[in-house]
Amino acid sequence: MKTILFIEDESALQKTFGEILKQNNYKMISALDGETGLRLAQDEKPDLILLDLILPRLNGFEVLKKLKENPQLKEIPIIVLTNLEEVSSVEKAIESGATTYLVKAQYSLEEVIQKIKQALGE
Amino acid sequence: MDLKNIFSQLNVLSGCKKYGLSPWQCPQFLFLIMGIIIISSSLAAWSLGNRYIEDPTAVALIVLAITAILFIIAFIITNSFERLAEVSRLKSEFINIISHQLKSPLTNIIWALEILTSEKFGKVEEQQERYFKIIEENGERMKKLVSDLLTVSRIESGSLPFNKQKVSLEGLIQELISEFTPFLRASNIELRFNKEPNIPELFTDYSQVKQIIKILLDNAVHYIKTKGEIEINLKKRGRFIYFEIRDNGIGIPKEEQKYIFQKFFRAESGSKYQVQGSGLGLYIAKAIVEKLDGKIGFKSQKDIGSTFWFTIPIKS
Repeated sequence: MKTILFIEDESALQKTFGEILKQNNYKMISALDGETGLRLAQDEKPDLILLDLILPRLNGFEVLKKLKENPQLKEIPIIVLTNLEEVSSVEKAIESGATTYLVKAQYSLEEVIQKIKQALGE
Repeated sequence: MDLKNIFSQLNVLSGCKKYGLSPWQCPQFLFLIMGIIIISSSLAAWSLGNRYIEDPTAVALIVLAITAILFIIAFIITNSFERLAEVSRLKSEFINIISHQLKSPLTNIIWALEILTSEKFGKVEEQQERYFKIIEENGERMKKLVSDLLTVSRIESGSLPFNKQKVSLEGLIQELISEFTPFLRASNIELRFNKEPNIPELFTDYSQVKQIIKILLDNAVHYIKTKGEIEINLKKRGRFIYFEIRDNGIGIPKEEQKYIFQKFFRAESGSKYQVQGSGLGLYIAKAIVEKLDGKIGFKSQKDIGSTFWFTIPIKS
């Protein structure tokens, strides 16, 4: 069973995602802030990371940068899942190494799951 | 106030940019203009006084007094102007923050509902489904409203992003038509798309132009009451592309026509025919067209239909 790390400060969204990921046979681990997310990524070496950008302590862009600097973690695909829809944010995240950039309001849960499967090569 | 701060105060145009105003509406710029007028009128007073009044000290005092009074008046006026501009900027910023904040809970509601209606927690009864549908529709409506509000606040603060690239308007229209096909079928509307041959590619912002046409098409679809017809015409007019959309809908009564591009204005017929909308669509469309150096307008007759048109430069 593949492990997905979800770094997102909205606990309600964590719950919803936990449910839908379980149904799709993934194990979800979650972090509510950037620092915890980074630590969990190091400890658990997840197969994929879902990352929000507006986060307490360490914001998503910084987390992204730190993940890509770490040789042990830099291969993990990262899907950015955020409310920020400015082109500048998209460009910045993709340049920093994000695999996919999704604006929350533009996708249904089902579509997000499809993107996760794609990024995992399933 | 340190030196850098003082210099930034002196940079009039950057101050104007902060409010998203044109120079002629901008307090700092107006103050500068008033200053120039005051100085030149003082000089004029001085040269006139020199000619007709003997005592040079009296001339100097009179000129000085007039200049001082004028400067004080100018300062008071521009200062209150600036306060107004600041309030308006804060209002736009407030709308911006609120709409961003509303997005998270909205996504939570819509995604949680998606889980419920996917029947993964058990079968959804017909009775329940109807209410889920109401929640879903209204969630989507709110999402649209939030995104419209965000666009308005960006328009007002002058921060609407424009990314210009090569755009095939024909392809864009075809794409929108296929997006709208289910609605058109459901509402029994026939759509025709005529275009002149050899319409060139535009150099413009794809998503902004799409937004304009989407707003116009959306209005045309929603304001048709029975079996309807929509016609889209695309023409080249000199340096401009002319887009026109004609419907045989309920039309806009004469007395409402002058308000149609105003923010939050909703035609009375809108509520009569239960058309749901924010009253922001045409305001947004007009603002985008004007930012792209184009023009927008319409002709409409009650009970007969409306024709909306806009132009955008081929290279904007």
